[in-house]
Amino acid sequence: MDHVTRGFRGRRDTERSDRIPPGQYETRDFPVLSAGPTPHTPLETWTFTISEGGEERARWTWDEFQALPSETITKDIHCVTKWSKLDTAWEGVSVDTLLDGIETDAAYVMAWSDGGYTTNLPLEDVTDGKAWVAHGYDDEPLDPEHGGPARLLVPHLYFWKSAKWVRGLRLMEEDEPGFWESLGYHLYGDPWREQRYWGD
Amino acid sequence: MARAAVLGRLNWLLAELVELVPETPRVKSLVLAAPGWPGHRPGQHVDVRLTAEDGYQAQRSYSIATPPDGERVVLTVERLEDGEVSPFLVDELLVGDRIELRGPIGGYFVWDGADRAPLHLVAGGSGIVPLMAMLRHRAGLGSAGPAALVYSARTEGELIYREELDRLAADDGALRIAYTLTRERPPGWTGYDRRIDPGMLGEVLGGADPNATAFVCGPTRFVEVAADALVGLGYEPGRVRTERFGPSGR
Repeated sequence: MDHVTRGFRGRRDTERSDRIPPGQYETRDFPVLSAGPTPHTPLETWTFTISEGGEERARWTWDEFQALPSETITKDIHCVTKWSKLDTAWEGVSVDTLLDGIETDAAYVMAWSDGGYTTNLPLEDVTDGKAWVAHGYDDEPLDPEHGGPARLLVPHLYFWKSAKWVRGLRLMEEDEPGFWESLGYHLYGDPWREQRYWGD
Repeated sequence: MARAAVLGRLNWLLAELVELVPETPRVKSLVLAAPGWPGHRPGQHVDVRLTAEDGYQAQRSYSIATPPDGERVVLTVERLEDGEVSPFLVDELLVGDRIELRGPIGGYFVWDGADRAPLHLVAGGSGIVPLMAMLRHRAGLGSAGPAALVYSARTEGELIYREELDRLAADDGALRIAYTLTRERPPGWTGYDRRIDPGMLGEVLGGADPNATAFVCGPTRFVEVAADALVGLGYEPGRVRTERFGPSGR
């Protein structure tokens, strides 16, 4: 067993949900974590692009993106800074919808965002109903500080994988680290295996 | 490079509290001796893990307040009234007690001063902690580029490291420090008396030097306002680095 801290009991006023992964605690707020200023891209110039090997495979303007079939998603989310939030309600377009009809041998994607942020994911973790490009939260348009106008939503991985202000996915044959993954954070980031940092 | 320190697995280390320094009524600095500590860069943080007798655990992240100093790590912790971990660390931990920590964590919100470029800092509340590590590091460098800090707190009594900051500024003509108190000012207060705004940041930081890197740390709303203001003043967004703690950053 790990070192017992003298005198520490912890808060036991609430039953710990079995939906909270190890090392996490439940919050009802929605904290914000970003490495830089919040970008404010006008919707008239916003696009979402699927690309591969430097070539554009698909592209939507904001209006075209809004016209895609949208889903309501209710999921638990887990931030590597230790908070988890249960039953968050989103509105978004499934990544399956965005990749529909695109033939590829890629095994990974790099999500990229306004402001220069990137994060890498296995393709199989963003397909088959596991990931969305979300544009609504709690029945409202997504706030800029939470990633609006649109962010990636990959709730089964730590939330840094759910790139805010996402503008596209690059299909890749080989995995490569994104922004935080280059700075000590885990390449994959499964909260249930507590994959926070390199070597976890 | 210290960055190599995070290449391997970050193991939990058992650190002993060797000194407790009261900073304000709600804030204490924990001086920890951490055998095996791999070193860190100013601005990084650590994960702290506490374990109860029955195995229940809680983890939280805290900024390191000091520059690299062997196996000594200083955390400055603010007691959040409804928190689970911070009240224990601030009120119950005693010299000689041991807690587990691992780190260093975070490789972006860091400053080593290697390039002598201007350092622009904006702190809200306990957001001063990682910025203090940078200022302390800078003071130890001997020669460094110009630096400026805007530090916002609600009251004078809530300013952390006040005396040390005043001393640093008095000793160093290239360091400018301005305070703003948003709720309550003592009689004769000569600092700012309002929430941060573009005018204040422009006055203290002296405009958007294209070589400056700005570090902003504080509560979410504060950081949003400050970072937006800096971009509005002409800072390139990639040179504005932020660290935010939400209302539940406990």
